Amino acid sequence: MLDIFKKIVTTGIVTETYKAAYDEELATLGIEIKRRIDKQFSGSLAIRQVDAGSCNGCELEIHALNNPFYDVERFGIHFVASPRHADILLVTGVVSRHMQTALLRTYDATPDPKWVIAMGDCASCGGEFGTSYASCGAVSNVIPVDMTINGCPPTPLVLLKSLLTLMEK
Amino acid sequence: MSWKLTFLQQIVDADIFVKSTEMSPHIELYQIDDTHWQQLAQIANANQLRWAAGFAVQSGEQFHVHACFERKGTYLLFRTTINGSKPQLPSQATVYAAANRSERHTHDLFGIEFLQHPDSRGWTRHQAWRRHEYPLRHDFPVTGAPAEITPPDTSYHFVEAHGIGVYEIPVGPVHAGIIEPGHFRFQAVGELILNLEERLGYVHKGIEKIAEGRTPEGLAKLAGRVSGDTTVAHTWAACMAMEQAAGIHIPRRATLIRGIFAERERIANHLGDIGAICNDVAFTFAFMQMMRLKELWCRTNYELFGHRFLMDKIVAGGVNVDINDVAGKFILIEINELRVELAQLIPAMDLSSSLEDRIYTAGYLSPQTAELFGTLGFIGRASGQDFDVRRDAPYAPYENVKVKVPIETQGDIASRFWVRYKEINASLKLIEQFIAQLELLPEGDLLASWVIPDNGRFGLGIVEGWRGEIMTYVEFGRNNAVSRFYPRDPSQFNWEPLEKAVLNNIVPDFPVCNKSFNCSYSGSDL
Repeated sequence: MLDIFKKIVTTGIVTETYKAAYDEELATLGIEIKRRIDKQFSGSLAIRQVDAGSCNGCELEIHALNNPFYDVERFGIHFVASPRHADILLVTGVVSRHMQTALLRTYDATPDPKWVIAMGDCASCGGEFGTSYASCGAVSNVIPVDMTINGCPPTPLVLLKSLLTLMEK
Repeated sequence: MSWKLTFLQQIVDADIFVKSTEMSPHIELYQIDDTHWQQLAQIANANQLRWAAGFAVQSGEQFHVHACFERKGTYLLFRTTINGSKPQLPSQATVYAAANRSERHTHDLFGIEFLQHPDSRGWTRHQAWRRHEYPLRHDFPVTGAPAEITPPDTSYHFVEAHGIGVYEIPVGPVHAGIIEPGHFRFQAVGELILNLEERLGYVHKGIEKIAEGRTPEGLAKLAGRVSGDTTVAHTWAACMAMEQAAGIHIPRRATLIRGIFAERERIANHLGDIGAICNDVAFTFAFMQMMRLKELWCRTNYELFGHRFLMDKIVAGGVNVDINDVAGKFILIEINELRVELAQLIPAMDLSSSLEDRIYTAGYLSPQTAELFGTLGFIGRASGQDFDVRRDAPYAPYENVKVKVPIETQGDIASRFWVRYKEINASLKLIEQFIAQLELLPEGDLLASWVIPDNGRFGLGIVEGWRGEIMTYVEFGRNNAVSRFYPRDPSQFNWEPLEKAVLNNIVPDFPVCNKSFNCSYSGSDL
């Protein structure tokens, strides 16, 4: 137990102590996001992530949002376990035809008002996989999309920035 | 080599006609008659060969069906040719459990019937194309003829259980966490899991079909997205196969850089997953610490090479980014920092009695079951399967370094945890050796000039990804265009052992059992 406390103390709070330009931008961005969320969503933004046919690359970067560097929850953004609790559907991947009905049902299960973000090149425009016998291509071919985030995969920082843009709409 | 002679002698004794050609130092190709397909599997099984991959290739009106076997680092690729009008072949799944889903996949996509197959249900096909249509046949258009909305597949017959207090839990395809889609069907009594059945195929994206006609550059990009967390190893396997087909050798410097990238990918995933295992048993301290280390590692990738997961850095013929002296030194410093961090963290985690309570004895996979399914990678090695491509069938740059392969036989979550930790250490040592070798070579020699492969040339790329052995078949048609691409992710053999490992565990322990395997959905659905 002492080892754990020692490590916690010596590690410190990485979220604030890193002073590289990379992270300064992150801190400013975070404050801005927090302000928007406070105003428009009473301090809390619930995201339900749906992998509709991703290669799992985007998922790794969404995970990274929760690491201590980005610590996205401090801004009131959290990932929820059910679409019924969500304000936003964050959809990754092309929509594989085998996932089409599942995505439509997830969309229907999300209460209004709701937003859909298509994350990554596949979800935005079809990426490497495009449209085929097995793939519906971009998410907008299946459900209405409010915003797209490009990148393969988009970095966590780009993800945060994009959330901000959505809220400016 | 004596096992091979004995094996081949037995095949000859059984009156199976064999014609052989050497593909690479570790791989030989044998053509046999289709009627002996199952008998071949029986003899191979009796000689303790592992079933390592199965796939088909259409050639005009015929199908070439392949099965690859391995023992002690030697690969024997068997091929048989069957008529396209009514393609049938005796099933090898009757002999090898590992062949089960693979043959069902081949059936769904090629319409090849595997006679006496123990499971008549489809696998990869849900409802996106009709029952008697086969997407990988040449006359099937890549666009297919899909319905406006593809209905869910409700016809799949799951195993049922009946009895007092027995109940069923259907989970997925959309899961509660941030993970890939798939369906799990549990039968449980109280909290105890009686049976688990996986139903995958939800992220079938037609990778094999859309690969057709691609250039080597295009195929490398696609291969890098077979499974995003394994982008380096999958791209490497595909490029290795393409280079074999083209008959070219890549510069030593490029192989070393590939090796460094692959080991960096292994470390990144092991760090993240060790953390995620801790997260699934609510040990947040370790989770956050490991996620922190992984983030630092990915940032280095971004700063030095321009991509956090090193996507698209390996290309056919070599690599497209160099590691200069400064970058090499930076990597060495980072390695030492990581060692210091782990030396503080791992003992602290080891002393945590709550972690110990959750991961020891849970999710037990016996060495026998692991062997039965041809379990690969760290999952196999945590259950006594002493195999690693880098050591047993070494490819450049692994052929002149010492590859340490950690083995455990306990087979539980803790074993997989510790094997992965030990593999991080082994990988760090490998990177150090590769960087030392890089320093002796001139900078910038990264790419061999491409030679357009003749029509029909093919290659089999085999590399050890972080999940285990990846086997990728690539065949070229005319004009430098790929005519067949089949990437076999290790997950294909690791999903079924998970079904066995969770038996008699409690339902709430499924997430941590699953995480300790961390199989790829995308990589096995294709």
